[in-house]
Amino acid sequence: MFLARIRVSLKPTVNDPQGKTIAQALGRLGFDTIDSLRAGKYFEVRIDEYDRAAAEKKVQAMCTQLLANPVIERFDFDLDPVS
Amino acid sequence: MPVSQETLDEIALSRAEYEAIVDRLGREPGNLELGLFGALWSEHCGYKHTKPLLRRLPGESNRLLVAPGAENAGVIDIGDGFAIAMKIESHNHPSAVEPLQGAATGVGGIVRDIFAMGARPIALLDSLRFGMPQDNARVQFLVHGVVGGISWYGNCIGVPNVGGETWFDKSYTGNPLVNAMCVGLIENANIVSATAKKPGDLLVLVGADTGRDGIHGASGLASRTFEEQAEMRSAVQVGNPFLEKVLIEACLEAINVPGVNGMQDCGAAGLTSAAIEMAERSGMALRLDVSRVPRREEGMTPYEVMLSESQERMLLAVEEHAVPEIEALFEKWDLDATVIGHFHAGAEVEIYDGETPVSETPIEPLTSAPEYAFTAPKPEWLAKLQATDPAAPGLPPVSPADALLKMLASPNIASKRPVFRQYDHHVQTNTVVEPGGDAAVLRLKGTSRAIAVTTDCNGRLCHLDPRTGAQIAVAEACRNLACVGAEPLALTDGLNFGDPETASVQYQLVESIEGITEAANAFGIPVVSGNASLYNESAGKAIYPTPIIGALGLLEDATKHAKIAFRQQGDAIVLLGRSAPWDGPGTLAGSEFNSVFHDVATGLPSMDLNLEVRVQQLCRNLVRAGLVSSAHDCSDGGLAVSVAESAITGGLGASVTSALPDRWDAALFGEGQSRIVVSLPESELAHLKAMATELDVPVSVIGSVGGDRLTFGEASVPLTKAADAWEHGFERATTG
Repeated sequence: MFLARIRVSLKPTVNDPQGKTIAQALGRLGFDTIDSLRAGKYFEVRIDEYDRAAAEKKVQAMCTQLLANPVIERFDFDLDPVS
Repeated sequence: MPVSQETLDEIALSRAEYEAIVDRLGREPGNLELGLFGALWSEHCGYKHTKPLLRRLPGESNRLLVAPGAENAGVIDIGDGFAIAMKIESHNHPSAVEPLQGAATGVGGIVRDIFAMGARPIALLDSLRFGMPQDNARVQFLVHGVVGGISWYGNCIGVPNVGGETWFDKSYTGNPLVNAMCVGLIENANIVSATAKKPGDLLVLVGADTGRDGIHGASGLASRTFEEQAEMRSAVQVGNPFLEKVLIEACLEAINVPGVNGMQDCGAAGLTSAAIEMAERSGMALRLDVSRVPRREEGMTPYEVMLSESQERMLLAVEEHAVPEIEALFEKWDLDATVIGHFHAGAEVEIYDGETPVSETPIEPLTSAPEYAFTAPKPEWLAKLQATDPAAPGLPPVSPADALLKMLASPNIASKRPVFRQYDHHVQTNTVVEPGGDAAVLRLKGTSRAIAVTTDCNGRLCHLDPRTGAQIAVAEACRNLACVGAEPLALTDGLNFGDPETASVQYQLVESIEGITEAANAFGIPVVSGNASLYNESAGKAIYPTPIIGALGLLEDATKHAKIAFRQQGDAIVLLGRSAPWDGPGTLAGSEFNSVFHDVATGLPSMDLNLEVRVQQLCRNLVRAGLVSSAHDCSDGGLAVSVAESAITGGLGASVTSALPDRWDAALFGEGQSRIVVSLPESELAHLKAMATELDVPVSVIGSVGGDRLTFGEASVPLTKAADAWEHGFERATTG
């Protein structure tokens, strides 16, 4: 069994309205030293595979097919064995 | 230093065009200037292949308040101080790369075009084309992405999405079409011009920050055949509909501030086209400082700032004294308003980066792209297709009843409820006739009137005969208006074609424009705005020529409208436009039936504009007189599909009694034009016939409403079975 921790965020040049809105809201709350903020998504996926390479391949595939939109987003992940 | 081929390719200019630039400037252009020329001489901004053709379109009407071409869209007077601005625009290439954001920003872009004129956006329509969806995961992904993007953006900004089309054919597999149309209402004739009024007017940029999105969107995407998606990814724009919503409100408020002289949206080619076209229209020079443009990213060059297609930005021309009020107004809406330049006497655009001059270019050559005129002969392949008998494949080995069920389930005919149920079509509370009928009807609050809007184009018929096909697109759009009881007032056209450097596409362009012109003249209405999207090709094959027509109609009395659904047991069903129910085999040309059962598109479609105009007049008269219970035109799938749709939506069976001829395929599913199916109480038949005689329109009483079956001669299916095929056909074809 493996646990994948997957982070998805917009590519650096892609407009991030959500991040901008959050930064503005934080500014209104008095956090006046925020320089920039980008929002993203985080997933934890437990995978019933016993071979690391197989698990990695599966995570890669699920990221490109569903969890991330490779046209505008990038992703990375950690893969750790769990019991 | 001579420019490299690589650079020219990047900005999609030909070597000859580059030489023309050098000739007109009397020197080599600088790097930034070359970018400006690339954008402004692109098809999207410069219309270099279409301008000579577009001039032929009719632009006359005594209702015109702003002539086509003078501003971002023509404006039509609808009385009582109200006017309508409308326009259709394509976002095909961005939608092919990233369907959700591509379609969403297409909606955002056309909405800005409309409120830039001082019009409140009151309706959206979307005309979509995809490849065949069955068992094609990529096409299904595109369908769901595009529809999702339109609903997301449109619903967020609170503009009802009231109509459009979703149509499938394998010619669009690698190159989907996403055309969005926006209709705006101007009150008290308060039309805003996209010009500065006097020297000293300041150029104010409002709305979103500028990032590196969509650089070379206009030149790179819209001017070149679209093949390598990965290469173009830097051009993807991401929309922010909530920002657009406040931008609409802020801009419509700003136009009432004294000293605000003009407004222009930033669309294709961003600041370059918006600012320079504004200066050109104003007949003034413009000095612009890119260092003042608020950035989202660091290290952007003047080139990137000028060519960015970041969304949700507008330009205002403001007199200096009004700037503090404008800044305060936009601050109230949580939006930036920044002075980035000023207009002055002269004829150049000077671009500065702070105090450093970057370029100084005469405006005239920038905004007068070369024009390529062409007349191409009919291609041989087309002559062959036209000469092929559309009835040649013979009857398919199915019963007429089973054929009807299969036709109703075809995604081109099946109910598009799965699409439009995702759109808010009631926001603003003016929608009288919802999507799913022939045309949507929107009341005009404070008056007794209503407008009707629709889009139409059958690319398969345009493929078989671009001229007749374009006539049919106009005629069908107007026929849709007639079916709800509206009189056509104006058209907008979204011209989607392949590579204009090929003879076949040149022929298609020339003929289509002629066809639109002839049909618009027959109805006596102008084409008030439009857009051209060329180079729609994939793997070297052009899409079907697809001149999408958006039409606006007026109902003097909003309560006098008709819908497609049968309403009353025992009503007679009458076919307007024919003296007998069944059409002959020639009408199978380019039909949905031939596509579904034989996978062929052959033959020569035909159109009689004189008859068409009279049929529509009769239908309108009948609806206005309140004589008919329902009205629905015959289009894709012909008479049987038209009757079936009226029956299914009304929950009432129907029976067309005449015996079917041998060629039942043409009789039931032929797509002869100028036909409308109405239902009405038998007691009104004499009245209908008298009105038809007066207008010299043939009519035929073909059957009656009632029962729980759909019957055509010997063929009969239970209404519930037909309804199941029609209501679920779209979902079944586009999922799984």
